[in-house]
Amino acid sequence: MDQGTMQGIGTILAMIAFLGVCWWAFSAHKKKDFEEASRLPFADEEAGSETDDQEDEISQSNDERQG
Amino acid sequence: MSSITSAGPAPDYNVKVVKQFSIMTVVWGIVGMLVGVVIAAELVWPDLNMGLQWFHFGRLRPLHTNAVIFAFGGCALFATSYWVVQKTCQTRLFGGPLVAFTFWGWQAIIVAAAITLPLGYTTTKEYAELEWPIDIAIAVVWVSYAVVFFGTIMKRKTKHIYVANWFFGSFILTVAMLHIINSMAIPVTMTKSYSVYAGAVDAMIQWWYGHNAVGFFLTAGFLGMMYYFVPKQAERPVYSYRLSIVHFWALIAIYIWAGPHHLHYSALPDWTQSLGMVMSLILLAPSWGGMINGIMTLSGAWDKLRTDPTLRFLVVSLSFYGMSTFEGPMMSIKTVNALSHNTDWTIGHVHSGALGWVAMISIGSLYHLIPVLWRRKEMFSVPLINVHFWMSTIGTVLYIASMWVNGIAQGLMWRAFNADGTLTYSFAESIEASYPGYLVRLLGGFIFFVGMLVMAYNVWRTVRSEEQPTTVAQPQTA
Repeated sequence: MDQGTMQGIGTILAMIAFLGVCWWAFSAHKKKDFEEASRLPFADEEAGSETDDQEDEISQSNDERQG
Repeated sequence: MSSITSAGPAPDYNVKVVKQFSIMTVVWGIVGMLVGVVIAAELVWPDLNMGLQWFHFGRLRPLHTNAVIFAFGGCALFATSYWVVQKTCQTRLFGGPLVAFTFWGWQAIIVAAAITLPLGYTTTKEYAELEWPIDIAIAVVWVSYAVVFFGTIMKRKTKHIYVANWFFGSFILTVAMLHIINSMAIPVTMTKSYSVYAGAVDAMIQWWYGHNAVGFFLTAGFLGMMYYFVPKQAERPVYSYRLSIVHFWALIAIYIWAGPHHLHYSALPDWTQSLGMVMSLILLAPSWGGMINGIMTLSGAWDKLRTDPTLRFLVVSLSFYGMSTFEGPMMSIKTVNALSHNTDWTIGHVHSGALGWVAMISIGSLYHLIPVLWRRKEMFSVPLINVHFWMSTIGTVLYIASMWVNGIAQGLMWRAFNADGTLTYSFAESIEASYPGYLVRLLGGFIFFVGMLVMAYNVWRTVRSEEQPTTVAQPQTA
């Protein structure tokens, strides 16, 4: 197999991998999972367990809006 | 080893190690940038080294790069990754005493570097100058870091692994692989070793390491920071979680191939150079995808930029990221590289990434993190954050603009020929032409450095201030 053929196969494999990732990321059944995952940085606030942090941030942003 | 957090159901986070790494980020930032200012001054006034070998540019330059990348950047990555993985996995760090070992081990390595590099002990491999005993120590600490990080992910209380942890995880794994493979050497004495690779292979391994130190240490790790701290500071989830997944896989799959662009027109096989160039060009797409994802997270909250200098740090760092990830692929094109290679343009490009992206996203993340860690309402002085923001921005712009001018001037002077085929300029003439740029660069770097001192003062006052129980201070809120 010459170098050009190998490069061609490599390119096609990379393209399939990329399209596969896109298909997986944008498939409808992952939508709910991703929405849950995207809220993880705020998990503490939603659980209400680390109230200090949450109130800090809210009061901070309130101060800024008033100021 | 229980901390004194009072909240009942909240996981017992390891806050101590995050605090330690956060403080050391500021300390090493000041040290590393001070050395940078010193060597910038030495390029303007060469006699500044006082004729002493320990202060020679060639000895201090690797000290500067190691201090800012691995001490400042490294501590920032340890601090934020340990914080983010705990918060988004809702669990305490795994590993018990191993966690403290990573902190003290990393600090010991930094001190060892600060001693051995000025003494002249070096492997001469760029960004991997440290000699073999220190390299082994780095490998041990780094594997411990991986155990702590992935152990924490394995015992997570949440269903999903947040995307920031994917970036941190890939950074930790890849840096372990790069460091161990590139540092393979045959020791001769305790302080001297020779690389096991030779010739063009050694060069290729070195720049496979070197460019992926940029791609994974200085990019993937800091993107992990971006995916947590930008949403937190903007108080809304990331713009598109789906885009973040495509961003992750595309970025890590492509970055690993870009190294050969450091070796254009060298003994490296021509097809390898072209592969490196093409992969570097493609890299623009995932880089900008990630940048757009970060910036668009602010959609609907742009007004916050007017009042929140911390958010300004984060967003401007993304702008510099976009700028340097456009410049990088452009410079990897062989014909452009023929002009830019070995000139100050490269130094300007590196600092557009290092000051504009890496340092500014770290600084922004710390301004968010420090009040949270020490349970303060906010930083001691928000106006001082704003002062720091403008010093960083102006310093970076002066730095990169002067290096663009210098770099293009040098590149053009070196390739200028007379009609009879002789060179138009001698090398010394190009150095003379570079003096004004060196002076402006020194000024820009100095302003950026003083900004770090402003930060240190602000952090010190925040940590030393009285703890503010916000619920008591604002009794009207339920």
